[in-house]
Amino acid sequence: MQIILKDNVDSYLEGYKQFKKLGNINSTELINSTKEDAIDNFVKLGFPTIKDEDWRFTNILPIVKSKFNLQSEKPVDIGKIDLNKYIIPELNSHLMVFVDGIFSKELSNIKTTDSNVKIKPISESLSDDSNVIDQYIFKCADIETEAFTALNTAYFFDGAFVYVPKNTVLEEAVHILYISSNSNSCMYSPRNLIVVEDSSEAKVIEHHVSLEDSNYFSNTVSEVMIGENSTLDHYFIEQESKKAFSISTLEIKQGRNSNLNSHSILLGGLIVRNNIHPVLSGEGCNSTINGLYMPAGRQHMDNFMKIEHVSPHCDSRQLYNGILADKSRGVFHGRIIVHKDAQKTDAKQTNRNLLLSDSAKIDTKPQLEIYADDVKCTHGATIGQLDKDSLFYLRSRGVEQPLAKAILLRAFASQSIETIRDLPIRNYVEKLVNNWFIEIGMIEDFN
Amino acid sequence: MLEIKDLHVKIEDKEILKGVTLTINPGEVHSIMGPNGSGKSTLSQVLAGRESYKVTSGSITFKGKNLLELAPEQRACEGIFMAFQYPVEIPGVANTYLLREALNSRRKYQGLEPLKHVEFIKTVKEKMKNLKIDESMLNRSVNEGFSGGEKKRNEIFQMQVLEPELCILDETDSGLDIDALQVVADGINSMRNSKRSFIIITHYQRLLNYVVPDYVHVLIDGKIEKSGNKELALELEEKGYAGIGEQLQTAS
Repeated sequence: MQIILKDNVDSYLEGYKQFKKLGNINSTELINSTKEDAIDNFVKLGFPTIKDEDWRFTNILPIVKSKFNLQSEKPVDIGKIDLNKYIIPELNSHLMVFVDGIFSKELSNIKTTDSNVKIKPISESLSDDSNVIDQYIFKCADIETEAFTALNTAYFFDGAFVYVPKNTVLEEAVHILYISSNSNSCMYSPRNLIVVEDSSEAKVIEHHVSLEDSNYFSNTVSEVMIGENSTLDHYFIEQESKKAFSISTLEIKQGRNSNLNSHSILLGGLIVRNNIHPVLSGEGCNSTINGLYMPAGRQHMDNFMKIEHVSPHCDSRQLYNGILADKSRGVFHGRIIVHKDAQKTDAKQTNRNLLLSDSAKIDTKPQLEIYADDVKCTHGATIGQLDKDSLFYLRSRGVEQPLAKAILLRAFASQSIETIRDLPIRNYVEKLVNNWFIEIGMIEDFN
Repeated sequence: MLEIKDLHVKIEDKEILKGVTLTINPGEVHSIMGPNGSGKSTLSQVLAGRESYKVTSGSITFKGKNLLELAPEQRACEGIFMAFQYPVEIPGVANTYLLREALNSRRKYQGLEPLKHVEFIKTVKEKMKNLKIDESMLNRSVNEGFSGGEKKRNEIFQMQVLEPELCILDETDSGLDIDALQVVADGINSMRNSKRSFIIITHYQRLLNYVVPDYVHVLIDGKIEKSGNKELALELEEKGYAGIGEQLQTAS
């Protein structure tokens, strides 16, 4: 039975009721009641509009006005999917593949690990590991004030559950690959739960790709909890169809003395909104949030970064770099909230943008809310074009102008990429960025 | 090799070069000296092809071709190299990458195959040794974190690798201590031959003790007011530019 969502919240409520009847989820009491609350909240909140301060620069009316199916009409032939493009060479990893939101055991490759480590689809864990899940799920996500989070919470049925118990270093990366195959408009609600308990380490990659240039709506929510003294490297690589709507929310809670290294790379999508919300709950945390966005054509990429310093002695660094081509539009909201008790906070935020044409546009909005009195907070934003002296220098050495420009732009992008600690991942991202220059027709190849 | 005829150049609305005429034959070393603001850098920038400088009249021919019709990258491929006065830092672009790109662009222009990586590295390392440049510099970004002296040596190093026909050195000696100066001078001298020409733009006479020019030209207020041989440089050292100015006054 097809469930079709139309351009008003009641349709989404109706859709939810039908979706519930399908019985897709092995649920616990907690999950069920939360989903009910979530859909109620979504109906109350409605989709955000440009009158909402946090959505001022991103008009999602095209999403609201579109019709979406809840399930693909034509199930895709898994056998025909070539994963080679998406595998990260030389990366020692567990691969979890979801096709159109459904976990594919055939395409996945989860290696054996310490038996207490859990890397499995959330749909299985909801029944198998409900005691662990219930401890952590819904602890970070905000279904009260965030419409898209509420929507995802109501509609999700699968995603990745990554659980690393205490004192465990998970050597292999967890590569979660979401593939949209589809030829008709669907709404996907991937839901991830990543838990790294005390004194542990993990690397997780959330990778969103499309097989076709189709229109669909992907609304992802990832909840991440990092325990005391632990480290998580998190990557969000977004390479979706250039006709797709992609909303993603990453909610993170950091415990004492923990480290978060987050990298987001936005390349695809038509309207993209990436929310990152780290909450530094414990003392002595480090949080590094890097973002790279490269819209072209008429793409719109909105980076919403809200970091909360709740406890003292935490350091945070945000570096977001944007290269905007053609008539594209970029947004950077950089909000830093320093709560009353967060003394000795050291927060630094930088947003740098290069505009490649007169019609490209960037809105950059740093926002500092400081309630403690012994803190160090700096922020800076630049918007510019390529440095003329550098361009001339390269040309004076015989490098043709288009290649010279691409070299300089790539150098700019590498400010974000070079901070990626893992070499195979860094190389993979570099390759994606190199391809961008070729795809937009700037050059034929770097040599 | 290079013929500049009655060149007038302006930047924004100000005329800087007011009729420069100069001929440079293969194998010659010409020094251009002059007070600050005389147009020395303008001349070099125009030869390299900097777009902000507008040629209002006059001509520049290089190897028989109209230089003003060639883009900067084409001029480089034709064999012109400029050692900048203030080399820019380009973070994120490795020295080796730039050098190899530059070399292969030139080779491609000449119809040659690109140089293999192994050969390239061998050539490059040899030249670095002669210029006393540390090998670690190869992987660093272009001029990033370099001192003034290191930047100048890097320019000469690039020049050695690219083997140009016309080398324009824009105040390469400024700001160098005597040791660095010696190294740079040796680098330049090692490249002198009957086919290669140099334009050495300098404010100070000191470099010319090591790199002895065939001709010296004095550029004052956008025009070459006097030309001579290396003795002229010594005369300038003694009398200063004002001294030359007086001579011209009395002459007229």
